[in-house]
Amino acid sequence: MELLLAVTTGILTAVAVYLMLSKNLLRYLWGLVLLSNAVNFVIFLGGRLTPGAPPLIDEGEYAPVGEVANALPQALVLTAIVISFGLMAFALALIYRTYMTIGTVTSTEMRIAEPRPRKSESDE
Amino acid sequence: MSWLLVYPIVIPLLTAVLTYILRHNPAGRWISVAGTLALLLTSVMLLASVIREGVIAAQMSDWNAPFGITLVADYLSAVMVVITAITGLATVVYCLGEIPERLERSGFFALLQVLLMGVCGAFVTGDLFNLYVWFEVMLISSFGLLVMGGSREQLDGGVKYVTLNLVSTIMFLSGVGILYGITGTLNMADLHAAVREVENTGLLTTVAVMFLVAFGVKAALFPLFFWLPASYHTPPVAVSAIFAGLLTKVGVYALIRVFTLIFDQDVGYTHTLMLWMAVATMVMGVLGAAAMNDFRRILSFHIVSQIGYMILGLALFTPLGLLGAVFYLVHHIIVKANLFFIAGVAKRIGGSTDLSKLGGLYANAPVLAFLFLIPAFSLAGFPPLSGFWAKFLIVKAALDAQMWIVAGVALAVGLLTVFSMTKIWGAAFWPDHPEGTKPRLSDIPVFERLAMMLPVGALALLTCVIGLFPEPFVTFAETAAGQLLDPTDYISTVLGVQP
Repeated sequence: MELLLAVTTGILTAVAVYLMLSKNLLRYLWGLVLLSNAVNFVIFLGGRLTPGAPPLIDEGEYAPVGEVANALPQALVLTAIVISFGLMAFALALIYRTYMTIGTVTSTEMRIAEPRPRKSESDE
Repeated sequence: MSWLLVYPIVIPLLTAVLTYILRHNPAGRWISVAGTLALLLTSVMLLASVIREGVIAAQMSDWNAPFGITLVADYLSAVMVVITAITGLATVVYCLGEIPERLERSGFFALLQVLLMGVCGAFVTGDLFNLYVWFEVMLISSFGLLVMGGSREQLDGGVKYVTLNLVSTIMFLSGVGILYGITGTLNMADLHAAVREVENTGLLTTVAVMFLVAFGVKAALFPLFFWLPASYHTPPVAVSAIFAGLLTKVGVYALIRVFTLIFDQDVGYTHTLMLWMAVATMVMGVLGAAAMNDFRRILSFHIVSQIGYMILGLALFTPLGLLGAVFYLVHHIIVKANLFFIAGVAKRIGGSTDLSKLGGLYANAPVLAFLFLIPAFSLAGFPPLSGFWAKFLIVKAALDAQMWIVAGVALAVGLLTVFSMTKIWGAAFWPDHPEGTKPRLSDIPVFERLAMMLPVGALALLTCVIGLFPEPFVTFAETAAGQLLDPTDYISTVLGVQP
């Protein structure tokens, strides 16, 4: 199971990096989405995959009885999913707005904030 | 438990909620000012309490460390919270004069408070995953502030800022995941001991470099800085100022914290790497600034260059180096925010930040010209201003470590900084305005003039005070550096405090 998840993480990362190398911002964003999911796997694997009971504590006890699953990575992954969902939604809206305003999502054509320096007289 | 640690997070949150509800009401902006004043007040109380009692910590939700989330303040955290409040207050007051009602109605002041909450949270947290969450709070509000208004330049710069910062975030998160996998804890004080028991030190160094890259993007280190000069000159000036003052410094703070408390087992590799990154950062930043022809873009590149000095102090990893880094951090936030404010006033009366379209500021607005010289000279490191002591400490630390080349580069970069500052002076202040207009401060209505000039004057005064009476500040930074290099107090306080 660990091996399967590790390989999946690797494939996700590879696909994500391929997409992020694109000039198209939308492809870049899909790459980011995949990459953030790959990271969720990393955290999940970091907590070790243990087949066990749900980490619930019986009434009157102070610790769970027997072997239970590690709840912390799941909590971390849940937080990370929520946060990355919000960020990706924002980034998608931003790219859409940029497309409507500037008219392009090709990163090499976006030179408005940093225009190429004006040619001096001697160059012309 | 100490409530003082919670106030820097709760006060901006409450203020944000109130100002958002009242965003259509003129009272909203005044609540924002009042809230930031309260933040300043409580953060000074926090600092006083840290000076009196040493490191203080509080366990959230009744969970003992290292299982719950700990808030903790040592000298460095406390002074960073105070300086955040000072910069926040200066920015909010400046906004009263700059921000149009259109932005106010879409919740500008509320976002500004959320940003302050994120920054303060990052400074007081003692948990690595919690640090990630505060980074996200800070990031999402900065995204909003950066593109609010939606001009073409802003969207263009915003896209680069957002996309590259998201990569750094993902890098940070995967570092956290792997570190948890090899140590089983995320409490920073607990990690200090836990990393010493890890047998696979190669993996640990890999994780350390992941953190270096993640925080290096936030702090705008070479070669990861290019998002900063692409975006910082596009939003309203007040936003540029608070970003320039605080955001990259959170990255620097995180680097200092993580590379003194957790990753100090392979100093020969990580800190040497950092040293050369710092040197390249200084040089690239100042050369970039020399090539620019816009007030704010020159300043943006100077942020990058100055970050190099701070990281240099950390990379030297000597008591004097860290002392210099802490001192530099405080000095730089004040000076940089102030320079951006001045650029804003110059834009307001001169009509542009493009140096070729500015002029006549010395003849017509001598007060502004005088106030520009203080932070500009301080940035370049002239005595007796704060920048002189900051640079002196760093260069002295480099010389003590017998890093002659590094010290030489640091001094040469200082000289080139003077060049950029004289370039601004020689284009915007000295000659007549190209269109023949006379940019006077009295062109701005009285209230707005007061709101814009008050922060500039106050921060300039602070720069002079630090410069003329450096003794208490240096002593303070010395204690802060001592706590960083020997975190025994930090660890025993965090792990020993009962909820």
